[in-house]
Amino acid sequence: MSRENYNQAGASELIRAHGNRPEMLVQILHAFMDRFGWISEEAVRQLASELNLSRADVHGVVSYYHDFRTSPAARHVVKICAAEACQAMGSRALIKHAEKSLRLNMHESNDKVTLEPVYCLGNCACSPAIMVDGKTFGRVSNARFDEIVAQLDRADS
Amino acid sequence: MSTRIYVPRETAAISVGADEVAIAIARCAKESGARVELVRNGSWGASWLEPLVEVVVGEQRIAYGNVTAADVPALFKAGFLDGGDHACRIGPTVEIPYLIRQDRWTFWRCGLVNPLSIDDFLAHQGFSAILKAIEMGPQAVIDAVKTSGLRGRGGAGFPAGIKWQTVADTASPQKYIACNADEGDSGTFSDRIMLESDPLGLVEGMLIAGFAVGASKGYIYLRSEYPLCHSILTRAITTAREAGWLGDNIQGTGFNFDIEVHLGAGSYVCGEETAMLESLEGKAGVIRYKPPLPAIAGLFGKPTVVNNVVTLASVPNIINLGADRYKGYGVNRSTGTLAFQLAGNIKRGGLVEKAFGISLRELIEDWGGGTATGRPIKAVQVGGPLGAYIPASQLDTVLDYEAFANIGAMIGHGGIVVFDDTADMAQQARFAMQFCALESCGKCTPCRIGSVRGVEVIDRIINDENRDENYELLLELCDTMEAASLCAMGGMTPYPVRSVLKYFAEDFASAEGSRK
Repeated sequence: MSRENYNQAGASELIRAHGNRPEMLVQILHAFMDRFGWISEEAVRQLASELNLSRADVHGVVSYYHDFRTSPAARHVVKICAAEACQAMGSRALIKHAEKSLRLNMHESNDKVTLEPVYCLGNCACSPAIMVDGKTFGRVSNARFDEIVAQLDRADS
Repeated sequence: MSTRIYVPRETAAISVGADEVAIAIARCAKESGARVELVRNGSWGASWLEPLVEVVVGEQRIAYGNVTAADVPALFKAGFLDGGDHACRIGPTVEIPYLIRQDRWTFWRCGLVNPLSIDDFLAHQGFSAILKAIEMGPQAVIDAVKTSGLRGRGGAGFPAGIKWQTVADTASPQKYIACNADEGDSGTFSDRIMLESDPLGLVEGMLIAGFAVGASKGYIYLRSEYPLCHSILTRAITTAREAGWLGDNIQGTGFNFDIEVHLGAGSYVCGEETAMLESLEGKAGVIRYKPPLPAIAGLFGKPTVVNNVVTLASVPNIINLGADRYKGYGVNRSTGTLAFQLAGNIKRGGLVEKAFGISLRELIEDWGGGTATGRPIKAVQVGGPLGAYIPASQLDTVLDYEAFANIGAMIGHGGIVVFDDTADMAQQARFAMQFCALESCGKCTPCRIGSVRGVEVIDRIINDENRDENYELLLELCDTMEAASLCAMGGMTPYPVRSVLKYFAEDFASAEGSRK
């Protein structure tokens, strides 16, 4: 995913597109994530100033939600569902396999992949499920996991 | 004449290759010179058959199940454009037992129509209920919802008509409809299937609610884990607005209503109604004290109907077919239908909309076909992460809100997650506390601290440290969380924990301690 670096003009544009409404903060933060990939300290300052909120207000919202990163993720984000329906279909073992094959622990990144748990993708009749860069995959065996990750390599090269 | 082929654009289908199947069909059609019209419908909910491709032959839709892109050339060779035989061929969709034995009240258009086509929606009774509702008048609409006995399908089961009446009776120049689509419970996906397969059905339900209580603005709070759903829903809403079914003076009736979609941001507790309202106001999803009820002072302090997707989407047919007919389904105070979701370790997972009164066993065995692994069932978690683990010995419990309450369980949003005999229930109890610790909004102590202590105490029991004392302590902790938490997050996390202590205590035996 190509993302642009944080810049004030781009950020202002996103805030304006949401009518400079403070009640749109969560939605604006999503727009920042889509465009810049993470929420920097500078972004927090700008949001506070342009939405007439305190920096503490904005920081409180950014830190509350799992979706909002305060540091950039790797090029690809691999999320493995760790909730009950997927547990019932062996997601604990799938997580172990993923950690081993990517040589990463959950919540860690290398230069290619950020590995994270997610609590339900709503694909519980096709468990275990994973999400890669926003796309959901179902019935993910260890072999299928490796194949999906290998496709990321091919897409990058 | 071109042949119409349906390939679902729905998360479960796409997660197992539906997009690749659609591409392969288009390619094979081109190569063979066949003229096909590819329609991306939603899902019928038979997720175990996905990707479920349908070919229109004459008046019938012929279904092919579990189709992969690699199957497509062979399907063309087998003459599937004329319904030809192949290992994937199931037969006419309307004859699939999994589907025809359901009571499709709310989900009847799902799979049938193109979710993004207003014309298709209108051709299938779309928007006829809102026009009828406007003729009936607001109070008659509320009375119909009351008579139907419809209860909140998000999990709490509060009578929808009474909630609507409260909002209608509260004087305010501005009121809101807030639709809760923050479907966070593991094992549930009915909101998603509705929104991906018949989003306009929800739009119509919200229009009726808005008309009944005097609200001109609606919000849909959709979880961010559903990106495809978000794209389909927002496109459907734009289409409805362009066709004059949202906005000012809808179809010349003088009724104004519009809908805004907000995305959640990965917080489970935002599915709790007051946390959701906070999040809709752009804040952290910290729950509010009740009272005041949202019906009196909700979004931005204004009277607000907060209803789940399925609750609202059930209303159009209550108006069209009549409240008494809806009430004719179900048992006792659980009237109507619920979209049960068969999930986890199940052979035939998917959505089954059925009248209340069916037993868990019928759903899991007759529809679900038992476990996917073929092993015996050990436990079934109903109602999401806050629901009890029900042992195999209680599978004959009837699905009825009160019958479930009587066994210390809950139906919740209708998710049914099956575990086979390899499940380590001590780990499931630990996970319940761990998840609560992760997702607690932090406002009240029993939930914020209790859940962290809960994980520690369970670890001690698993490791056989002062077993009896810690067992006692865990029960006390459950009492405290249940009695003193502000919302269901802390208040119901003890349900799965207690159920494991009660029915699967042997899994806490020290030998299991090393098992993860």
